[in-house]
Amino acid sequence: MKDVAVVSFAQSDCRRDAGACNEVELVMPVIQQALQAIGLNSSQDVDFTCSGSCDYQQGASFAFVMGVDALGAVPPIKESHVEMDAAWALYESMLKISMGQAESALIYGFGKSSPGELPTVLSQQLDPYYLAPLWVDSVSLAALQARTLIDQGLVTEADMAAVVSRSRAQAKANNPHAQLAGDVSVDELLAEAPWVAPLRKHDCCPISDGASAMVICTLEKARAWGRPYAVIRGIDHRMESHNIGARDLTRSASTTLAADRAGVPDGPVEVAELYAPFSHQEIILSRALGLDDSTAVNPSGGVLAGNLMMASGLSRVGEVARRIMDGEIRRGVAHATSGPCLQHNLVAVLEAA
Amino acid sequence: MQYAAVTGIGQTHYKARRGDVSIAGLVREAAQNALDDAGLGWDDIEAVIIGKAPDMFEGVIMPEVYLADALGCNGKPMLRVHTAGSVGGSTALVAASHVQSGTFRRVLTVTFEKQSESNAMWALSNPQPFSPHLNAGAGGYFAPIMREYMRRSGAPWDTGIKVAVKDRLHGARNPLNHLQMPDITMKEVEESPMLWDPIRFLESCPSSDGACAMVIADEALAKQGPRPPVWIRGGAMRSEPTMYAGRDEANPQAGRDCAADVYSQAGIGNPRKELDCAEVYVPFSWYEPMWLENLGFAEQGEGWKLTMEGATSLDEGGDIPWNCSGGVLSSNPIGASGMIRFAESARQVRGDAGDHQVDGARTALGHAYGGGAQFYAMWIVSTEQA
Repeated sequence: MKDVAVVSFAQSDCRRDAGACNEVELVMPVIQQALQAIGLNSSQDVDFTCSGSCDYQQGASFAFVMGVDALGAVPPIKESHVEMDAAWALYESMLKISMGQAESALIYGFGKSSPGELPTVLSQQLDPYYLAPLWVDSVSLAALQARTLIDQGLVTEADMAAVVSRSRAQAKANNPHAQLAGDVSVDELLAEAPWVAPLRKHDCCPISDGASAMVICTLEKARAWGRPYAVIRGIDHRMESHNIGARDLTRSASTTLAADRAGVPDGPVEVAELYAPFSHQEIILSRALGLDDSTAVNPSGGVLAGNLMMASGLSRVGEVARRIMDGEIRRGVAHATSGPCLQHNLVAVLEAA
Repeated sequence: MQYAAVTGIGQTHYKARRGDVSIAGLVREAAQNALDDAGLGWDDIEAVIIGKAPDMFEGVIMPEVYLADALGCNGKPMLRVHTAGSVGGSTALVAASHVQSGTFRRVLTVTFEKQSESNAMWALSNPQPFSPHLNAGAGGYFAPIMREYMRRSGAPWDTGIKVAVKDRLHGARNPLNHLQMPDITMKEVEESPMLWDPIRFLESCPSSDGACAMVIADEALAKQGPRPPVWIRGGAMRSEPTMYAGRDEANPQAGRDCAADVYSQAGIGNPRKELDCAEVYVPFSWYEPMWLENLGFAEQGEGWKLTMEGATSLDEGGDIPWNCSGGVLSSNPIGASGMIRFAESARQVRGDAGDHQVDGARTALGHAYGGGAQFYAMWIVSTEQA
């Protein structure tokens, strides 16, 4: 894969309920913001457009179709869609640029989770014959994973509360789009009752409505545009078995593999934005990536501060890119996940030009 | 761009209901057939690219998560494409980009639909928030567009019937097909119930279970395979909005632009003369004359003449046979239907299309469209590398 430049990123506020605002209305402002930041007007000004969304959030087939109506796709555009987090739309766009069929791409992801009960909806992502009929929701599966970690002495409930406390504090300090932010101590968190034991409600990401968008291009084009940019030096993603009982849930082997392929160990990691929907998963992922105290993990607060399902992975890349474009850091790592208990993981390495 | 070629093709039998296999069993069957065809094992595959139409057709959300084991993806990259009915074609193109970008040397791509697990028409028609409820399914959506084509072109009323018969006669040459109708007649189609005027029951595609898979490899690996490589000479996708002022739904600009792009990549000036055959997404009979014009095989208003003259018929010795496999009118596992077009164009080029082979075919078009005919994917494959 060729090195690609992130030249622009925008994300909406994470809101518990966007009300009558539909998906197109969620995505339009961030697309406009991402384009206008670099002087572009519509999808006509990029060579390729790719998005990520999930029909089951809206509860109807073809969630992405109306999104295309929002792009200004007249005359027709080169466009594609993944029924995955938009981080994988970024991956598809990078393939398109690497093969020479595009020099620039607009990527967006959106999700309106508020109309349904997201953890229950996600139970229908499981094996349709043996697991989905049991309606095992995503929180319960994550609780099983957390229990395994605690039982093996790899994580304590206090460790998990510390992740949440730090997320809230960093969201308050750094993230104007956060849904959950504030100062709350580990002791206060541990005093709360279990929700799906051993998880307390705060160990789980909130349910949010919103969208994010990004513009990427070749390094040549980024230099020609003359704006600050971050370089995606490596990107890789790896799948694991769907058979929860056959996986070691205390580790994330696919994250480690993707990280090695993406080149994470080749340099210092100043910032890591990890898509960890549950507090204990941030610990699993940090260990899988080999991070230590020299890395600032989730300075945005991560998805515990707001989870734009189908856009959160792209937002993790955007959060790292923004810090590089602002000159705060020179090298960082972004991660996206999909499936129950971190089944599928994507890792990207971003660096200053 | 790196060269890429199809080195393996695998399909399932298409049927109204494949009760003998799970969804995983269905995709596994197509994938295993493709690997066998390419003389490969699961370890030879570096990444898997999967596609299907809306998740509601089976009721499984993001099914790549569940299908990871069936497709040998543990420890591999797996990408799920969804671009409406064009997805079978788009998925093949996204898979090709994995190789053409130089990122991977050999990938597997699989598409499927198991329509018997649910009901596609109602999955397409459930009420959407903030939108008027269109309780029509795909046939009801496309019927007025076909009527507009009839009005504009002055095509004879039985053009659609001719297509329905022609594709089923083609289809009877292909043992994989869902519909096997070797004795079908114009009269039988005419007398079948009118579903959505002008579309009769036998002018409409069936609902099928099935899967289709291909192995796509780089230049060096393609030349080592047991089969002649089928080179991908061009690939293009286009999208336009569902609604905009001035949209020509009977001859969408996205289709015309997509065709122009793929012809230009493959150096095709006159598709009717320079292509040997085409596999084109025709789920309702009247879409053959409409696409003949949209894809530049005929002048505006003249597409029906090719159909009526038999130019697109293998049985009538036509010069540009369309849908020799039997097309979507003979089998329609929706998410796979586009990839079947792409795969069947590749079978023609490597000369192993059995009883529906076009003699000496060297260059062919694979085409897919989707949504309300606003999404397009096309490729051109050839025996010639460049």
